[in-house]
Amino acid sequence: MLRIDKLTKRFGDKTAVEAATLEIDKPCMLGIIGRSGAGKSTLLRMINRLGDASEGSISFEGREITTLKGTDKRAWQSECAMIFQQFNLVPRMDVVSNVLHGTLNRRSTLATMFNLYPMADIHKAIEILDRLGIAEHAPKRAEALSGGQQQRVAIARALMQDPKIILADEPIASLDPMNAQTVMEALRRIHEEDGRTVIANLHTLDTARRYCDRVVGMRDGRIVFDGLPEQLTTGVAREIYGAGADFSEAATSTAIETLDQTEAVRTAEAYV
Amino acid sequence: MADLTAQAPGSVAEIKAQYADLTRRKRIYGGILLALFIALMVAGFRTADDRNAGSFADGYQRIFDYPAEVLSEAAEKAVELPAHVVHFFPALIETVNIAGAATLIGAIFGTLLSLLSTRGMAPWPALIPLFRRIMDICRAIPEIVIALVLIFLLGGGPVPAMIAIAIHTAGALGKLFSEVNENASLKPVEGLNSTGASWAQRMWLGVIPQVGPNYVSYALLRFEINIRASAILGFVGAGGIGYELKNSMSWGQGKYDEAAAIFILLFVTIVVVDQISGALRDRLTHGNRKGA
Repeated sequence: MLRIDKLTKRFGDKTAVEAATLEIDKPCMLGIIGRSGAGKSTLLRMINRLGDASEGSISFEGREITTLKGTDKRAWQSECAMIFQQFNLVPRMDVVSNVLHGTLNRRSTLATMFNLYPMADIHKAIEILDRLGIAEHAPKRAEALSGGQQQRVAIARALMQDPKIILADEPIASLDPMNAQTVMEALRRIHEEDGRTVIANLHTLDTARRYCDRVVGMRDGRIVFDGLPEQLTTGVAREIYGAGADFSEAATSTAIETLDQTEAVRTAEAYV
Repeated sequence: MADLTAQAPGSVAEIKAQYADLTRRKRIYGGILLALFIALMVAGFRTADDRNAGSFADGYQRIFDYPAEVLSEAAEKAVELPAHVVHFFPALIETVNIAGAATLIGAIFGTLLSLLSTRGMAPWPALIPLFRRIMDICRAIPEIVIALVLIFLLGGGPVPAMIAIAIHTAGALGKLFSEVNENASLKPVEGLNSTGASWAQRMWLGVIPQVGPNYVSYALLRFEINIRASAILGFVGAGGIGYELKNSMSWGQGKYDEAAAIFILLFVTIVVVDQISGALRDRLTHGNRKGA
């Protein structure tokens, strides 16, 4: 369904993404890993058309995406929801209004400027919020919520778009471990229950391994790994991150269980 | 706490109903406000139109008669335009000079007034209202009134105009600058305070670097406004391009080509100032490209 072919993005003389090729033939949960500046965000932003590609093509169900303009481009963006690291909600508007922003592409500009949405949409928004466990915050301002709650509002906005693909750019990078888990579980559930494709940039290996069906590794703008989470060994991870032998996954982990694991490793090392 | 849980909505249906109520109430308020606004606009327009000598409905077609006449006359004598532009250029320089000097002096006093009237920075917090009222007074008196009084006292010329504009600028920029100051972090100021720095040192080294780009951006906007103000003051005898404009734009003198040349000069000046200030602001906020 989604096919990316030799996609390249240059900023001046710097190449952020170089000839990336990727094919997704059935709905799955795909994790993209790599260190900062590897081109993960640029790739997602090109898929959503927040940024234009320099070369190459993206096609979805046979339709070319990179050349869309105006109304068609905005229609594509509504089919392909985006979730950001810093949530990117409107802080001074209430939670339900933020979720209703997911319908902006379908509604007239004038009606939405006066915050006039159909009652059915409002009810649907609250149901989505309930599904994500934050319905009781519906009338509050978005800025009054914690980071994890705000990210769930962002996911609700994405779901309100009723998208075929959900792109998540470092969705848990600014969250604490507990909230990170809730958000990742929500994304996983959306994939499993609704059958939507989720593509997430992740910065920790264990998250990718735990929640994704398929993992892509990027280094310096190139895709250097594409495979199953099980194939993601420490050696492969070192290759992706360009790290030396001192690289330890547990050191960067945000999962709570890792604490125990690290503890266990230390104890084991003490015995050796 | 018990009250809170009692009020807190339990089921999704309740949340839906409550939010729907909220939305309905907001929409009703919004509708009432909109109706009120339209009613006031219509009523106000009627009152204003009644008090006019003529009616807007009858007169509005004639609004464009004057520009049309100026343009057609200027087009007829288009050959003479470059000569007029050269002829009026010194007068334009005088006007820009008045505006520049007034902006500079006004910005200096505005900075001082703003620092004296910002909570957390003012050396005498009790006097903040006093400095605020001083700024209010500076803004309240129309610059044309100050200029007329000063021209009466000092005689015609650029200095009274400069002082008049500087006073207004100090009041206006002082208010804008103090709003900028409120958003500045007090942490660097505290840091400098801990080293035993004086108030002036704390402000100059701790606050100004933070607010500088914003100050410059407001001051440059003010400079543009002041060019126009200084041109207007020329009408009452303060010299500069305004005086020339007044002479050339009166009815029935056949000097509309000169007026057109002056309008072109003023327009070009504003464009140039806008471009320069944009470039300057960009450099201030993003730093020197060469990485100084």
